[in-house]
Amino acid sequence: MSEYNLSHLKELEAEAIHIIREVAAEFDNPVMLYSIGKDSSVMVRLAEKAFYPGKVPFPLMHIDSKWKFKEMIDFRDKYAKDHGWNLIVESNVEAFESGVGPFTHGSKVHTDLMKTKALLDGLDKYKFDAAFGGARRDEEKSRAKERIFSFRDSFHQWDPKNQRPELWDIYNARVHKGESIRVFPLSNWTELDIWQYIRLEKIPIVPLYFAKERPVAELDGNLVMPDDERFPEELRDKVEYRNIRFRTLGCWPLTGAIESEADTIEKIVEEMMTTTKSERTTRVIDFDQDASMEQKKREGYF
Amino acid sequence: MTENKDIIEFLNKDEQKDLLRFLTAGSVDDGKSTLIGRLLFDSKKLYEDQLDALKKDSERIGNAGENIDYALLLDGLKAEREQGITIDVAYRYLSTNNRKFIIADTPGHEQYTRNMITGGSTAQLAIILVDARKGVITQTRRHTFLASLLGIENVVLAVNKMDLVDYDKSRFDEIVADYKNFVEPLNIPNIKYIPLSALNGDNVVEPSKYMSWYTGISLLEHLETVPTKIDHAFDQLRYPVQYVLRPNLNFRGFSGKVASGIVRKGDEVMVLPSGKKSRVKQIVTYDGELDMAFPPQSVTLTLEDEIDISRGDMLVHPHAQPIVARNFEAMLVWMDEDAMDVSKKYYIKHTTNTSRIRIDNIKYRVDVNTMEHSEVSFLELNEIGRVVFTSAKELFFDAYKDNKSCGAFILIDPITNNTSAVGMILGEVGEDQIHLEDDALILNLAGLGIDHSHHNAVLKAVSELERQGIRIKVIN
Repeated sequence: MSEYNLSHLKELEAEAIHIIREVAAEFDNPVMLYSIGKDSSVMVRLAEKAFYPGKVPFPLMHIDSKWKFKEMIDFRDKYAKDHGWNLIVESNVEAFESGVGPFTHGSKVHTDLMKTKALLDGLDKYKFDAAFGGARRDEEKSRAKERIFSFRDSFHQWDPKNQRPELWDIYNARVHKGESIRVFPLSNWTELDIWQYIRLEKIPIVPLYFAKERPVAELDGNLVMPDDERFPEELRDKVEYRNIRFRTLGCWPLTGAIESEADTIEKIVEEMMTTTKSERTTRVIDFDQDASMEQKKREGYF
Repeated sequence: MTENKDIIEFLNKDEQKDLLRFLTAGSVDDGKSTLIGRLLFDSKKLYEDQLDALKKDSERIGNAGENIDYALLLDGLKAEREQGITIDVAYRYLSTNNRKFIIADTPGHEQYTRNMITGGSTAQLAIILVDARKGVITQTRRHTFLASLLGIENVVLAVNKMDLVDYDKSRFDEIVADYKNFVEPLNIPNIKYIPLSALNGDNVVEPSKYMSWYTGISLLEHLETVPTKIDHAFDQLRYPVQYVLRPNLNFRGFSGKVASGIVRKGDEVMVLPSGKKSRVKQIVTYDGELDMAFPPQSVTLTLEDEIDISRGDMLVHPHAQPIVARNFEAMLVWMDEDAMDVSKKYYIKHTTNTSRIRIDNIKYRVDVNTMEHSEVSFLELNEIGRVVFTSAKELFFDAYKDNKSCGAFILIDPITNNTSAVGMILGEVGEDQIHLEDDALILNLAGLGIDHSHHNAVLKAVSELERQGIRIKVIN
């Protein structure tokens, strides 16, 4: 029977493709949220696989907080162009113009306005009834309990105590007008699975994941890389050059770098296997309230 | 450089690992979260900062006294951390040298039976925990019954807290005998009995120092070696069409996941419900064409002939067809706070097919604690019954025990859209078992003076209407 066995990675791939196709078949107006991160890059590849030799039948949407690393935006634009993606970029322009940012308003206000609100406004604007996200259950405790098809009411809220039962591979895609489903095709993937898949499939990722000498300043225990002129004057004398890389990518003032020599995927995996910190520790937003990710998810954040 | 070689070797080996999905069930105090925490801890999966956070949480709200409370690792949601019980299914991921694992940690508390059903539907193995001091209790029976209902073929009875009964062999033997007595009629093919202490790690990963009388393998060793696939439906190709791919006029592909059986290039296939036949021309994937595909691969098939096929249709081998019927019976688990309303026409989702359904008859309700049957007129949350249905259009199914993916379905409330119930098909039923007050429309051919020469055409039109969900009873 072994000839009819799939490796775990092929099984995860098949599961994700099945989920992606199910959404395309059952919803009127789905969208894939694209964060430019490594998980998003894997999810996009899986969508391309799901509809090959056809094109992916739904758009990609990037919520640009206006504080992303420049290299992320460059990568996004090149990637979307090369792959012929229908890419939508949405931002909270009003908050941006009134000067909201993590240095002046703190991580909570910034995330609420530039990420969560921008996302919800974007979903409402196009009336998407399903939105794919690249979240994995092994990332964080409240995510470990979320369904693959995760129901959101018309206020985009998640109710962790009242989730629809989800059995076998039969997904309930029925929603009323205004309600929606967040869909997580990578639910069962681990961080190692993602790296392994990127390696095997040769999926391009943002160079910031690989170690290089870059400028950083130590702020509240995090290594922050000044990415543009909005980096506060008074902190500039703290900047020094170190060999660093990023394990996750987000808004540059809120994403801590790690010191590393890992400049290949193999070395990244090696570093990961021997590291003593899990990947979300470099994210400031998980720590700004007790049970903070659950709170954000209830309010609509991914 | 040598380090780099090691990691490549590691990655190459990791790539080949297979996957086992298992569930843990037990009551609140049996220590199942502790067991999973221990599995993660001992297999060195825990990162240091998770451990740091855990130590902080344990001091504040831990229920394990001086020890680290492993349960806090898993009980992620704020509400349940406060209550000290697991209120929903939590998934965890574990990797060892030989295998990857997806663990569904499901609650044991009575009112949350539906979550055990949710966690268990994809599980290949169930770990059922008992407290060595309490032995087999009502909850043990309930979890075992649910595991057998879901068709889980491998069960581990993990007799936990052996440290609290002085690692006593006779106590273990007593519990095993008790369990065997009860489990026999459920026909679970592979049951393993392991005495352990999750808190101290006895027989979890390493053999216990205190139970030399136990000569079997540790829990993790069992998890690493148990066969992942027992495929009964090896000869029955079931390919529910999920999505029709038509990127240009020259390509018409039928995307789907192989639910069971094997499909090969060149195979003759039959399309249900039309009954039309063709041959598989190509098995298309992004990574190149395949000669064959098997579960759970997601592929795209093209056929030699142009046949009208849509989502919800099924491709099968002509010599091994499923049951094609509208009347069937199933074991049904009610999952909704709103009780069953027998007058409601629920949606049924079965493979990629959706239809409306009528509840004809509830043969009995099973008490999950005593297995006793009783007569009821409807089912409520967490109740299980044997129910007869009529669907608005034909479904293509197998008995769940023979073929899980074609025997499983969910019911969706047409008003709230909740997943109200989940079912496991037992088989087709005769018309005598369905509702007497048939609400089908009547078409009396003779009464209308329709000539014989038109009968075939009328019958054909009627069968197409039936497929679309409109019932018409033809009187000839």
